[in-house]
Amino acid sequence: MASKVIHALYTDDDVLMDAVKKVRSEHYHIEEVYCPFPVHGLDKAMGLPHTRLAITAFMYGCVGLTVAITMMNYIMIEDWPQNIGGKPSFSFIENMPAFVPIMFELTVFFAAHLMVITFYMRSKLWPFKEAENPDVRTTDDHFLMEVDAGHHDVNALTSLLTDTGAVEIKVIDKEEDNH
Amino acid sequence: MYTLSNRLRLFSFILMIVGGIGLISGFLSTPKSIEEVKEMMAAHDAHGEGHGAAAQDHGNEHADDAHGGDAHYEHVLHQLQNKPWAALYVAAFFFFMIALGVLAFYAIQFAAQAGWSPVLFRVMEAITAYLVPGGIILFVILALSGFHVNHLFVWADPEVVAHDKLIQGKAGWLNGTGFIIRAAIFLGGWLLYRHFAVKYSRKQDEDSTGNKWYKKSFKISAGFLVFFIYTESMMSWDWIMSFDPHWFSTLFGWYVFASLFVSGITTIALITIYLKSKGYLEFVNNSHIHDLAKFMFGISIFWTYLWFSQFMLIWYSNIPEEVTYFITRIEDYKLPFFGMLVMNFIFPLLVLMNSDFKRVNWFVVMAGIVILCGHYIDVFNMVMPATVGESWFIGISEISAVLLFLGLFLFVVFRALTKAPLLAKGNPYLEESKHFHY
Repeated sequence: MASKVIHALYTDDDVLMDAVKKVRSEHYHIEEVYCPFPVHGLDKAMGLPHTRLAITAFMYGCVGLTVAITMMNYIMIEDWPQNIGGKPSFSFIENMPAFVPIMFELTVFFAAHLMVITFYMRSKLWPFKEAENPDVRTTDDHFLMEVDAGHHDVNALTSLLTDTGAVEIKVIDKEEDNH
Repeated sequence: MYTLSNRLRLFSFILMIVGGIGLISGFLSTPKSIEEVKEMMAAHDAHGEGHGAAAQDHGNEHADDAHGGDAHYEHVLHQLQNKPWAALYVAAFFFFMIALGVLAFYAIQFAAQAGWSPVLFRVMEAITAYLVPGGIILFVILALSGFHVNHLFVWADPEVVAHDKLIQGKAGWLNGTGFIIRAAIFLGGWLLYRHFAVKYSRKQDEDSTGNKWYKKSFKISAGFLVFFIYTESMMSWDWIMSFDPHWFSTLFGWYVFASLFVSGITTIALITIYLKSKGYLEFVNNSHIHDLAKFMFGISIFWTYLWFSQFMLIWYSNIPEEVTYFITRIEDYKLPFFGMLVMNFIFPLLVLMNSDFKRVNWFVVMAGIVILCGHYIDVFNMVMPATVGESWFIGISEISAVLLFLGLFLFVVFRALTKAPLLAKGNPYLEESKHFHY
């Protein structure tokens, strides 16, 4: 099934922000906005929910801490409690200060790396991924707003977008894509 | 303009009076002689039957000791006589270091040309007003100790020094005269900066053309920060580390700095939230609170980093002359020593990690109170083991001293708030700060 979307191009992020607010207040559905750089407040204007990446990072950090504690406890205390330079290897807590650097680093390591991998997976980024760029100029100096024109009056929508300061408006017949 | 409410004035006076009475009773109840110590310990041991018998044996053992039976009691007597002095000193230093931490934070805001904080400058200036009375009181206590009116600093006792090669070797630095001169230089420099910073800030309000006064503030702040980091380091050797004159640590100055810095920032946050709740700071929004809470969070972790770096290096190498410092603390101060880690690290770490919680006033207040209590215990842990040893107890003397200085602190700070409008209106970054949004 083919769907109709409108691509409106802007050359200024302030104009874009106003346009997003206007289009949202008219209850059109914004499919996507493509920008060359992060526009402060755009997510809020589009009504996107907060990211939960920080929460995953906290949980990954807890996993890293657990891994470090389990590993050091098993190796240094349970499996082979050697006397190394007189360090007390009778229980984990007695020798804990020596393990703290490892515990700290593994917490950070797990939190950072797993969060980054989560980010790649959630935003579908990987090497050899085909770029989903609708217009090459959006990586340089143009902003593109993609509005769903499904069962709206295309002319009314076009004139609304023109009013918001769009420099170029295209009606695109999109083949039902797979994203 | 802020007006000091009568209730707050009354509250601070009540705190001062109650604290003063408690502290005097603490001084009066110290034993005067070895006989009194023996009586006190006997009365204490009589509470538990089994325990009493054990203590009796313990006492007998000491009586048989080679160095005479009374040596132990004399030791305890000195500790008990030190107790109200040490309580006074810890509280005096704790509130002074809050004001000093705020002063350093204030100077950093100027030197870094921070755009978010100018709306809080008047709150910071008011807190640093405590430096004047607090500094004078601390100076008097230091002078009394430096010339051995009390036994707080063992190096000040000529009898001890005569038998102690190690202290003799350090006498070039650790002597009463040098101690007082250095204290005067530190305090003088800090008060001088405080005086001119506030003066220029008021002048900038009256005449902001060309930002002449602002530029002067910037310059003296940069100069002060250089002076501060040297003097703060030396202050920590003199005023804290010299309680244990046999021990030294190279990162001690940073450690004390982290403690005073985080306490200062926490106090800024608490007073800002209080004033905002009373409707005096309508230009402060929750992004400012969020920023302060971030500082509380970050510097708490910085403090822990330094605490651990100091502890772990000494624990790991376990050199006898260094490790006694921590052995006495872990043996005799287990709960305060590890309890403060929970209060200063784990609690703020978990409570202030969430970005949304840092905007919720009562969360910040709760975390702030725990952090301040934790850093009081931090100072307690630094001072008490060398002055009162195992005879420590957070009792009437300690609580009264805190109340006394808390009352003075609140009175001085809130009275200073009435002296100037709460918005530093001449500051060139004011507009940015008013619309600060994170």
